[in-house]
Order: sequence, then C-alpha cells, then structure tokens
Amino acid sequence: MAYSRALHRRRQATNVIGLGVATLATLFGLVWLVWILGTTLYKGAGAIDMRLFTQMTPPPGEDGGLLNAIVGSTVMIVLAVAFGTPVGVMAGTWLAEYAHGRAIAEAIRFINDILLSAPSIVIGLFVYALVVQPSGHFSGWAGAVALAMLLLPVVVRTSDETMRLIPGTLREAALALGAPKWRMVTSVIWPAARTGILTGILLAIARISGETAPLLFTALNNQYWTANPGNPLANLPVVIFQFALSPYDQWHRLAWAGALLMTVLVLMLSVSARAALGRRK
Amino acid sequence: MAEAEARISTSLTGTAALEESAPQIAIRNLDFFYGSNRALKGINLSLPARQVTAMIGPSGCGKSTLLRVLNRMYDLYPNQRATGEVMMEGRNLLDASIDLNELRSRIGMVFQKPTPFPMSVYDNIAFGVKLHERLSKSAMDERVEWSLARAALWEEVKDRLGSSAMGLSGGQQQRLCIARTIAVRPEVILLDEPTSALDPISTLKIEELIDELKRDFTIVIVTHNMQQAARCADQVAFFYLGELVEAGSATQMFTAPRERRTQDYITGRFG
Repeated sequence: MAYSRALHRRRQATNVIGLGVATLATLFGLVWLVWILGTTLYKGAGAIDMRLFTQMTPPPGEDGGLLNAIVGSTVMIVLAVAFGTPVGVMAGTWLAEYAHGRAIAEAIRFINDILLSAPSIVIGLFVYALVVQPSGHFSGWAGAVALAMLLLPVVVRTSDETMRLIPGTLREAALALGAPKWRMVTSVIWPAARTGILTGILLAIARISGETAPLLFTALNNQYWTANPGNPLANLPVVIFQFALSPYDQWHRLAWAGALLMTVLVLMLSVSARAALGRRK
Repeated sequence: MAEAEARISTSLTGTAALEESAPQIAIRNLDFFYGSNRALKGINLSLPARQVTAMIGPSGCGKSTLLRVLNRMYDLYPNQRATGEVMMEGRNLLDASIDLNELRSRIGMVFQKPTPFPMSVYDNIAFGVKLHERLSKSAMDERVEWSLARAALWEEVKDRLGSSAMGLSGGQQQRLCIARTIAVRPEVILLDEPTSALDPISTLKIEELIDELKRDFTIVIVTHNMQQAARCADQVAFFYLGELVEAGSATQMFTAPRERRTQDYITGRFG
C-alpha cells in the first residue's frame, strides 16, 4: 500500500468537517439547556425564601408559600416508590433470572418498553378511569398509583439489565456450593446488582417528580393543608401549571420558585445516581 | 456425611492417615450432549479417593464438560444432557432423584476465574456453610478460621475479615474461593483451571495447597499446564476430541504413555 497524500488530505478534511458539525450540534443542544436552567435560576432564586417552606399556597393577591404542594408531592412520590419498587425489582428479577431465554421474557420486555415510552397523560386517564371514577373523587392515592405506573417500567428495565450484566460464573459459584436458586438470587445476585438497581430507582424518581399530566386527572390539587392521600393532594407540578397560567404576579413568583425547587431536586437525584454508578466502576 | 465429618475431625487433630485409595467416583460409559453435539464419548474413568486426578487435553476436548457433569452444573442449561453412570457410594449421580443441593455440598467446585461474592471475607465463607448447617457464632468463627487456614489465606486476611472480598488480590480471591469450598466440608473438590488467571507466585501457592488438601479431599483438576499436572497429580487422564485417550499414574503418563497421541500432546507436538 503506497502512501497517498491526496487520500490522507481528503480524510483529514472529512474529519475536520465531521468534528465541526458534531461540535456545533452539541453547542446548539447545550444552549437551550443552559438557557432554561439560567432562566429558572434567575426568576426562581428571587422568589425563594423561608415562607416557601412554611406557608400554604395563597389565594390570589396574598402572600404564601408552597408547603402543602411540597408535602403533597413528597407523600405521593414516597407512595409511588413504595408501590412500584418492589413490583419492579421482582419483575426485573423474574425476567433476568427465571425467564432467561424464553420467548415470553422477550415479549414482556417489549411491552415494558412500550409502557416506558407511553405518554404520561394516557397513564393519567387510565388511572382516572381505574381509581378516580369508581371512588367518585380525586385523591392522593390515585396520584400515587399513576406515578407508580410511570416508575414501574424504569425499575423493571434497570433491574433486569443490571442483573443480566452479572457474569454467569457468579451464579454457578453460588449454586456450586449447594445453594438453592432463591438463595443465589437474594444473597448473591441482588447484592451484586444493588448499585444498578438503586440508580434505576433514583432515575425513576427524577422522572416522576416532574410529571404534571398524570396528576391533573388523579390528585388534582388542594388549596388547603393536608397530607392525607385520601383527599385531593396539592403537588408542585400542578401548582406550577396552575399558577404559571394565572394573571397574578404573586402566583407567577411562586411558580418560578417551585420550578427551581423541582429542577434542583431532579439535578440532585441525577447527580447522586451518577455518583452511585461511578463508585461501582 | 458422617464419614466426611469423621475424616475432617481426624485431620483437624492432625492424625489423618493415608488410606488405601478406593475409587471415590466411578464413571462408566458416560456420554454428554450439547444439543445434538456429542461432547463426551463413552468415558470410563475412576477417581481414586484422596488422590489428585489431573485432566489434560487441548481446548474443547471435553475435560471441563466432564467436571461439570460431576456436580451436575450442566443441569442449569436446557439442551445439555448426560447418559451413562457416575457412581458414588452406590448411587448414580446422574439420576433425576439426586438432590442437587446435597450433591453439590459433597462435590465442591472452584472455577477458572476467582468468583468472590460481593460481601465480606467472613460472609463469603459463611454463606456456603449456612446453607447446610446451623452453627453457633463461635462454631462459625472456628469454621471460617479453619477453612481460611487450610487455604493458606488466614494470615493474610485475619485482620480484615469484615472488609469486602472484592478488595483482595486475584490470587487471594482464588484461595478465598477454595476456602469457601472447603468450608462446606465436601468429599470431592473440582478445580477448573484454577490457576490460569493467576501469576506464578499465586499459582505456586495454590499448587502447594492442592498437595496439602489431598490428605482430606479427593481432587479433580482440569489444567492446560503440563508441568502443573506433573507437579500435582497422582493420576492423569488425557482427553482428545471428547474421548478419554488414556489414563494412568502421573509417572507412567509422562514417562511412558501407551498412546501415540498422548506422547505427541505432552511433548508439545500439538494442542
């Protein structure tokens, strides 16, 4: 193979063009992200004060905070994690450890992936028909169920994938000691997959904590103080949605503060998920 | 089980006597299939008690497959099946009625790559023991120390029993896996190329260990390393393309093999 100067030049030029286009595309994407974060920070930071965490959402024209929305969101997220995580981890375990190589496993993975990308408003309507209509009123329970259904496929998928990454030799080593399969799964596979499963749960929480559409049809909103999921529950996304659309300056300020609060929460969850993943490597 | 216990308690007091080696396991007319592919063809071989049997042969000749028949590891995978007899104490280990968990507590296995569990050094050992016995805390402590000492690892880890086994070196991890296997007090230990992922010094330690362990355990080792087979084994079995070409004492196999193929393989002419 003779060295061809022309070929070399052409490849270098292609490289420069490719790299340039890729860099521009990256910058283009980043601009919007920085813009969104910047605006949220700029508008939200001014509205953050202690009253946010001590007072209820106010009627128009009055001062107030977001306490009931923060508490309502927390209650529903905790309930959603409590419903969704055990089911998700068990389903992931079944897919990875028990249904290995069977056609049904592939079918369920496919359906799970569809659920993963299902529009959240569809989930909201589904839970509306499933819980809200029969019970006759909006409630925190219904909101938690809707959020759990959004969290579930994320947990199923990450648990399944993490466990399938564990080398088969570790399974054989446990079984070679005479361990029954369930002991192998609970004592060896779960501890080995712990970081990955935990990361999946954190990412799922990050995803559901910003969801508005499914809560509009389920938990709705509540102007008053309550942490009882039997009532309609205030929550940050719906409060932000409602306040941002309103004509009142005070409500706008609170919406920005809520948006900043949620952004920081999601950012912190993502960072801790990354840190957990990084430790494993 | 009682017999094994008696044997180990005598060895614990250091008075193990060398007995006449009766066959611990007798393999008769064993065939093994991966789907329709016949990977082992009519194997007949005896594994003498408290001796080291080395299985040698080029890659893909079926020696690891045979090892995985002995503890029924192949049962995990559909499409793999064995026919014939593997007799141990009058029972055919291939019988469907054999309790696999009990079988594997009597025939332990150490793998090619170290496979420490993601837990502390202590728990790695205790995991296997707890599956088969209920021990008090102090009895468990004793068992952990005993097995780590037998695996020549106690001195190196006695101050870090509570820390993760993943932090040990490769050689230490492999000795931990041997300790974990011994701790269950099996009668037979299967070693599948236990030193192929280790450096020469760790390899030497494990070979010394094998020599030491055969006082109490029947050992079967798969190896690609001729010198290792010569150093460790009492009996050597040479496999080629799924057949057992010949088996005999290590001295006979390395000095006067009966078969031409054995001669060619051990002198490095192929494989």
